[in-house]
Amino acid sequence: MAKTTIAIDPVTRIEGHLKAEVVVENGKVVDAHLSGGMYRGFEQILRGRDPRDSTQIVQRICGVCPTSHAVASASAQDVAFKVKVTNAGRLTRNLIQGANYLQSHILHFYHLTALDFVDGPNTAPFVPRYAQSDHRLPAEANKVGVDQYIEALEVRRVAHEMVALFGGRMPHVHGIVPGGTTEMPTKAALLEYAARFKKVSEFVEKKYLPLVYTVGTVYPDLFKQGQGFKNCVSFGVFPLDTMGTNLLKAGAYINGKDEPFDASKITEDVKYSWFKAETSGLPFSKGRTEPDVEKSGAYSFVKAPRYNGAAVEVGPAARMWVANPELSPVGKTMLKEKYGLTANRFRDLGEDNVFSIMGRHVARAEEAWLVAKAVEGWMKEIKPGEKTWTEFEIPSKAEGFATTEAPRGALIHYLSVEDKKIANYQIVSATLWNCCPRDDKNLRGPLEQALIGVEVPDIANPVNVGRLIRAFDP
Amino acid sequence: MSLNRRDFVKLCTGTVAGFGVAQMFHPAIHEALAETLTGQRPPVIWLQGQGCTGCSVSLLNNVNPSIADVLLKIISLEFHPTVMGSEGVQAIDHIRAIAKQFKGQFFVVVEGAIPLAKDGKFCIIGEAGHKEISMVDIMKELAPNAAAMLAIGTCAAYGGIPAAKGSETESLGVSAFLKSCNIATPVVNIPGCPPQPDWIVGTLAVALKFINELGMEKGLAEVVKLLDAQGRPKPFFGRNVHENCPFLKDFDEGKFSANFNEKEGCRYDLGCKGPAAYCDSFERKWNGGVNWCVANATCIGCTEPDFPDGKSPFYANK
Repeated sequence: MAKTTIAIDPVTRIEGHLKAEVVVENGKVVDAHLSGGMYRGFEQILRGRDPRDSTQIVQRICGVCPTSHAVASASAQDVAFKVKVTNAGRLTRNLIQGANYLQSHILHFYHLTALDFVDGPNTAPFVPRYAQSDHRLPAEANKVGVDQYIEALEVRRVAHEMVALFGGRMPHVHGIVPGGTTEMPTKAALLEYAARFKKVSEFVEKKYLPLVYTVGTVYPDLFKQGQGFKNCVSFGVFPLDTMGTNLLKAGAYINGKDEPFDASKITEDVKYSWFKAETSGLPFSKGRTEPDVEKSGAYSFVKAPRYNGAAVEVGPAARMWVANPELSPVGKTMLKEKYGLTANRFRDLGEDNVFSIMGRHVARAEEAWLVAKAVEGWMKEIKPGEKTWTEFEIPSKAEGFATTEAPRGALIHYLSVEDKKIANYQIVSATLWNCCPRDDKNLRGPLEQALIGVEVPDIANPVNVGRLIRAFDP
Repeated sequence: MSLNRRDFVKLCTGTVAGFGVAQMFHPAIHEALAETLTGQRPPVIWLQGQGCTGCSVSLLNNVNPSIADVLLKIISLEFHPTVMGSEGVQAIDHIRAIAKQFKGQFFVVVEGAIPLAKDGKFCIIGEAGHKEISMVDIMKELAPNAAAMLAIGTCAAYGGIPAAKGSETESLGVSAFLKSCNIATPVVNIPGCPPQPDWIVGTLAVALKFINELGMEKGLAEVVKLLDAQGRPKPFFGRNVHENCPFLKDFDEGKFSANFNEKEGCRYDLGCKGPAAYCDSFERKWNGGVNWCVANATCIGCTEPDFPDGKSPFYANK
């Protein structure tokens, strides 16, 4: 059978500029290249500035997850400047980042993904769409999908109001700074936050979670596609104390084995990225970001980070797999009733089901429920009026890194300071892990690998390619 | 999906009215788009250059009218990479079909900066016929035939973060880019990193009102009269943040907040850039009015042409 190459550029309903090129043979993807098409140069722009400015500037990397970049930047400075963030500071950061997790997961499923399964109204921006879109929902379920798409616009907006109550505004919060947060939650502000939380968490439990499981019953084949390497890493997120315990713990899962997470195993290759060849293979803390758009063979502005040499998936599926928490009551019930599956904890879903197009949506929805439960606890735990910010001096020389997890995956920020100014700043974001090109050993990136085997029965309508890419929320 | 006049007035009441925007904007909103929008919704092509999608996300936060109404009843959003149903060549073909069908009548919204270096290679927005299309290419193709351009966010208005010191992408905002290509299409800047959504929807509303009343050319000329020297609508960007700040009294009395735990007092000593920034966040506030930058921390001057370099360091004023 003849091979056909399909290029999808732009891949839409993601954050950023991405091209997917897949080779299809006998109705299945046999090769894939992902190309990130945009470069700004944050690492160069940050150099020479007051380190505190980084917490503002890095948020502009991503308007969907600025809070996570802010947490990573502020935490890296906390480490470098030896600042002890107060308990109230930690909780306020969690309340800000937690609210944005809820916002981001809802936005992702409804406003980025839903059109892969639901027919929107026959008007722009919902048309044009693929002529054969493989939308299988019965009319009634489709209407529920459209209604929830509209309702979710309102719900995610309310979730951003939760962020802004302590972050000042959103996108791009002022409230997260090295040393803690600028806002000390008052009783009144916590009540405002709680009222909005009620609306958002009810939507997650009563609409979002059930809809994901319902869509899954109509697309059982999408639990069988897009597996990839099934290697994953979580850096851990939402500190539960000042000792390093996280709501979603850090860890790695490589070749079927659990391992403790070790940041020193992170390196970045650039053989196929538009960066100078001599900067390849460096550990992230020694990283250099020097573009070379004329480099032969390169096809992406995304570097290829590796964990101990492995290409690893990050994001909700990775975090939930590593942490293996108990599933939501809605999930347990629906899995039993609609799938005939008795599952108590996340791993009971099974490795092949989780690392799939639909499994990644399930992971995200279950995580939204888990984070909502935690937010509820933090609202009660925080004591109004306690100091959230700790004073510090910027040393003339310092170095530090911090990890967190953005809604779309693992995030690490590193900075070194000389003469009280940023000497080097390096960022490895979730998109790099998932959407990277091949590395120096020609090993595909996690999403490139996951595309292998994806079914494309009709090359004029390669719907499953976009479905898989969006399932990663790149 | 068109709106009658009464519905539209009801929808838009929250955008401008009641927030203390200059009086001239009230009748605009109240009478405005009802008429304009009984016919074809104006076609909008939303391009993303070097940006973070934060401006789009901010627009989603609009309260009145709701974003669902903006999308379904007010504008016809024919291309938006983060929202639209289509992808790949179908999406690119659609841009071209709309630009042809509505020549001189469609609007281009730009989010993000336009990098000139290396033949535009630092921002590729798609491909057609095996040829990649850079942000530079698509701007050159669409701008001459657009009715007007809306540069949304500080990157699109003035270059912003991608044009900051240290960048090697030679990034420009829309006005500077069009000038470099001798393209005379009118540009309205709605800066902010990101802009408050009312600034976007309110400006759009007023522009559509003028166009409806006076026709495209004369209507746009009226819009241009509303702009300040930086190309921003004065009703939203005409007032100084510091001069109108609720903490101005503290400044006058010499009461200053010394650190982020001190929630009373003027934020000048914390590095607040309010004295060199123009917008109406001090009264409009953000995210449904729950908070705003200076109440929370400081102003970083994100609506200004010299952001970020001219406002850096953000947390010092010496």
